[in-house]
Amino acid sequence: MKKLTITAIACAATIIATPVMAENVLRWTSQGDALTLDPHAQNEGPTIGMNGQIYESLVTRDASLALQPELAESWTADGDTWVFNLRKGVKFHDGADFNAEDVIFSIERAKAPTSDFKEQVASIVSVTAKDDHTIEIKTDGPNPILPNQITSLFMVDKGWAEANNVVLPQNYAEKEESYAVRNTNGTGPFVLTSRAPDELTTLEANADWWGKGLFPGNIDKIEYRPISNAATRVAALLSGEVDFVLDPPLQDLARIDSTDGLKTTTTPQVRSIFFGMDQGIEELRTSDVKGKNPFKDVRVREAFNLAIDKQAIQRVVMEGLSFPTAMITSPGVLGNTPDLDASYGHDLEKAKGLMAEAGYPDGFTIQLDCPNNRYNNDEKICQASVAMLARIGVTVKLDAIPKAQHFPKIQKRTSDFYMLGWGVPTLDSHYVFSYLLDAEGSWNATGYNNARVNEITSAIATETDIEKRTMLIDEAWNIVRDEKPYLPIHHQVLAWGMADNFDIPIAADDFPRPRFMVKN
Amino acid sequence: MLAFIARRLAQSILVMAVVSAVAFSLFNFVGDPVNNMVGQDATRERRAEIRLQLGLDDPIPVQYVRFIGNMLQGDFGVSYRIKQPVDQLILERLPATLELVFVSAIISLVVGIVAGVYTGIHRNSWISRSILSSSLIGVSLPTFIIGIALIYIFAVHLRWLPSSGRAGTIDFGWWKTSLLSLEGWRSIVLPAITLSLFQLTMILRLVRAEMMEVMQTDFIKFARARGLSERAINYGHALRNTLVPVITIIGLNIGGLIAFSVITETVFQWPGTGLMFIQAVDFVDVPIMSAYLVFVAILFVVINLVVDLLYAAVDPRIRIGNG
Repeated sequence: MKKLTITAIACAATIIATPVMAENVLRWTSQGDALTLDPHAQNEGPTIGMNGQIYESLVTRDASLALQPELAESWTADGDTWVFNLRKGVKFHDGADFNAEDVIFSIERAKAPTSDFKEQVASIVSVTAKDDHTIEIKTDGPNPILPNQITSLFMVDKGWAEANNVVLPQNYAEKEESYAVRNTNGTGPFVLTSRAPDELTTLEANADWWGKGLFPGNIDKIEYRPISNAATRVAALLSGEVDFVLDPPLQDLARIDSTDGLKTTTTPQVRSIFFGMDQGIEELRTSDVKGKNPFKDVRVREAFNLAIDKQAIQRVVMEGLSFPTAMITSPGVLGNTPDLDASYGHDLEKAKGLMAEAGYPDGFTIQLDCPNNRYNNDEKICQASVAMLARIGVTVKLDAIPKAQHFPKIQKRTSDFYMLGWGVPTLDSHYVFSYLLDAEGSWNATGYNNARVNEITSAIATETDIEKRTMLIDEAWNIVRDEKPYLPIHHQVLAWGMADNFDIPIAADDFPRPRFMVKN
Repeated sequence: MLAFIARRLAQSILVMAVVSAVAFSLFNFVGDPVNNMVGQDATRERRAEIRLQLGLDDPIPVQYVRFIGNMLQGDFGVSYRIKQPVDQLILERLPATLELVFVSAIISLVVGIVAGVYTGIHRNSWISRSILSSSLIGVSLPTFIIGIALIYIFAVHLRWLPSSGRAGTIDFGWWKTSLLSLEGWRSIVLPAITLSLFQLTMILRLVRAEMMEVMQTDFIKFARARGLSERAINYGHALRNTLVPVITIIGLNIGGLIAFSVITETVFQWPGTGLMFIQAVDFVDVPIMSAYLVFVAILFVVINLVVDLLYAAVDPRIRIGNG
């Protein structure tokens, strides 16, 4: 009888205890869903954000964006060779072992023509296995920043990919859905349990994860529900239906903060907003100045810089949520220094003087191309700039259009004066120089072409002496500061909204890291 | 009759060809999908390669002919955005839209007709006046504002209903329904009301105007003289005579509800075809946009055809006149 009672009590205790042991569920929302779960098909924020819970890379970053070992425990460089020592005992979600063969396969997959991560692995010439848990990567010349470049290069299982016919990433010319679009097999802390695109994706903690106990995170289950409308997204947080909003609109932050049980955190984002001025073309397309290009004159570019009051934009347009700058790359990126980032100032008289000296005392007309759905308050920033430039006599016609129409203008080099924002996933200036400042840079629509800057861009790609490399980067940025090919506005601020009982460390790259998230 | 149907069908096909051609050529102005399909660090060669793969550099007529050709073979292509076959995507999301439209049509019909009859008969009561003035909200406020207002009242403040999404669905093969669970009904109520308000107002006003007219006619006077009850007169005789134009309007509007539930679905993150379309526009997902337009065109053509046939069945004069 006594035994029975004890059993009964034990049973009752289990039943009562179950709610106490309840899972820690993170209900998370943001604007867009992952486009695909294929880890190499789409190099896009929300896609990497989701895949990064399921898949892992050799090297990763923590919330402070410092490099951390993930599937590689350590790495060393010697000339054009990098050696990565892989973590042992790691298993994929289907139970297969993770080893050197999978790394070789994954890098090859990322180099495939249909991969969207080709650029990250472009310097890699060959990958060989020295043993089951050591790989050797040869690059085309020394590549000091290879670990920085591969932090979103996820590892897939060779056997799984071959068995499911997903050896290559999604090909747009293919008529059929690839298996990897909805099915996953990573080594990461979470396992995909259900997927309804644009509706609900659920992940559960991986019981066999190698990092179990090594990280503070205590999330057992993630429910990700994209909500495309910003007001609805905030309403879902206010009503307690979600715990975490990755991208609350800036104007709603005060509202979230003032609600009981909710909080926001902010951090400078690694994304700078600036205007480009086409100084390469002989005659501007949209200006009344004929036969010459006013932007070729550095005095005009300086006058534009002085005429636009970045502090006022921060105060009035951004409600304080931006960091005015004189640099097109953010703090946190190697090469950004407080001196280089110091404001050019706001001086209308000097700007007018410079315009007169350059031969445009009455200004001129020009069109400003601006996106209206890409950056925080993008169109409003442009509107404010139009009014500010009017004060030095420049009549700006604003063309604010959706990003899908705006970016092709920059890509095709058909804009005289345009807004662009630039994030730097590698956190190294080379990424900025090679795309925006090198004469051949694929996003350099300014026509800027400085022999020394071009030279430094190639030099820092292979220079392994850190001190020398940093000096070169500094030299190049000083040239850019003097020549002003761009008109920097500010660095964006990133804000996350969440329930009070969550500790979610915000990261400047906008990727949530559930392994560090704690539900209290 | 057969000749009538055949001619109608021929006209419909012509309409569809024109609509789809115009719509397709418009896509050239919505922007470049390639930027959305690759990361910012993709090289120009890579972009060019994708343009080539997708045939985006071909002249518009060539692209259009290819699109129509593939479509006729039942191939709507693969979405640029989520890499799934478009026909499958539309089929997956159609149930959500159809259920939303169904519930909102019921709401607007029931409430619209009852309130329309009431206000038509009791023209000067204060209830009628308040119904009429508040119904102005339905036509004058944009759907977007109504949706957000409902969310803030019922989800954020009262916390009675979920703010968005489609919860509590039950699977029946490819048809996922939210009409068989409490959770499902809780999530469909707000979007359905939002979507119904405009239709509701229109039906209410139409029924009211028709009722007022019918109530003046001789046969109502005779019915009164025969000593029929008010109820039998109002609902049995008067209402029945108002329904012909009401049914016509409703038929046409249901097509509109399905095609243009876009805003309601966006506000409530209702995973139907409208939300899919708006996301496709944002991304310049041409295969989805073109397939959706063809789908909408088919929908309207079919509804119009049915309405025409119904007319012909109901009113012999049309048959004779055109036949």
